Amino acid sequence: MKAMIRTDVARNTKYAILFVLLAALLASIPVVSAQGPTPTDDDVNKIAKKLFCPVCENTPLDVCPTEACRQWREQIRQMLIEGKTEDEIIQYFIDTYGVRASGDPPNKIASYLIPVTAILLGTAFLLRALQMWKKPKAAESTVPAGEAKQVHQDEYFNKLEDELKKRK
Amino acid sequence: MTETTPSRRAVPLWIQIVIWVFLAGLLALVALGLSRRQQGTVQPGEVIDDFSLTFYSGYELDGKTEIKFSDLRGKVVVVNFWASWCKPCEQEAADLQQAWTEYAPTGEVVFLGVDYVDTEADARVYLKKFGITYANGADLATRISQYFRIKGVPETYFVDRDGVLRYVQIGPFSGVDQIREQIDLLLK
Repeated sequence: MKAMIRTDVARNTKYAILFVLLAALLASIPVVSAQGPTPTDDDVNKIAKKLFCPVCENTPLDVCPTEACRQWREQIRQMLIEGKTEDEIIQYFIDTYGVRASGDPPNKIASYLIPVTAILLGTAFLLRALQMWKKPKAAESTVPAGEAKQVHQDEYFNKLEDELKKRK
Repeated sequence: MTETTPSRRAVPLWIQIVIWVFLAGLLALVALGLSRRQQGTVQPGEVIDDFSLTFYSGYELDGKTEIKFSDLRGKVVVVNFWASWCKPCEQEAADLQQAWTEYAPTGEVVFLGVDYVDTEADARVYLKKFGITYANGADLATRISQYFRIKGVPETYFVDRDGVLRYVQIGPFSGVDQIREQIDLLLK
């Protein structure tokens, strides 16, 4: 008898737990679908990293400590909640705050080509200057080296012979 | 046997000219950029070019939700650059609003608030907080502030009836009297 009562209690407890779990699950469904996933700071910073604070120069939005940047990060969070994509958010910032809000220059060809060409030209000039420095024009002799040596030796030889003749 | 130094190949003249022209152009670009940076704001005496400003919803001027600056010829225009994140802007917000309420009935003066790199939600909180009623809008893509070459906010530009800039206030006003003084000079 006692065993039967114990079995009933156990079964009822099991049903109660199942009921509570089911109720909790049902209650949570509308809440979750209404709010959507809340973007984390990492989600926000992933996009903020690609943007720049237009007030303080050269400071990426994810590390910028100003009030303006805090507001913009909040704006990114709001747009993520609204379901905007990364590209849409970046485009919004460019449209609203200008191209300098973006890390990408507006005219990519000119922005990359000019410095690269300048560096290449500068390197070429430097190498040429070093080359000229190493081999000055004076080194360019047209006098045959062997001949010059011969002349020098002959002079010495003649002098020596003269001296010997004097001694005789 | 002769000892010869390897001869250097001379760079053709046309290549040298191209290189020097390119370098001169590059230097000119850098110089232009630097001079622009050091130019400061637009100066009194300059005629202000046309620009358009779309107002935040709920704001309008003569029934319009967007204005062209050229449409305001014949009126004294006060262009104020501000932002909700700018603390010094708060110092002058109430003074600007007071001046606007004084001059609006004359129909001879227009106040334009240009909201610089701001979020609309925060801008609205700011406008509500200071009860600002004159026309305000966002400086989209910072086109207006780039034209005025502002150095920060707040900055205020007083333009006469002919569209000529007459006075620039860098930083907040000391009080409403300072605003009145500049406007009265232009209304004479």
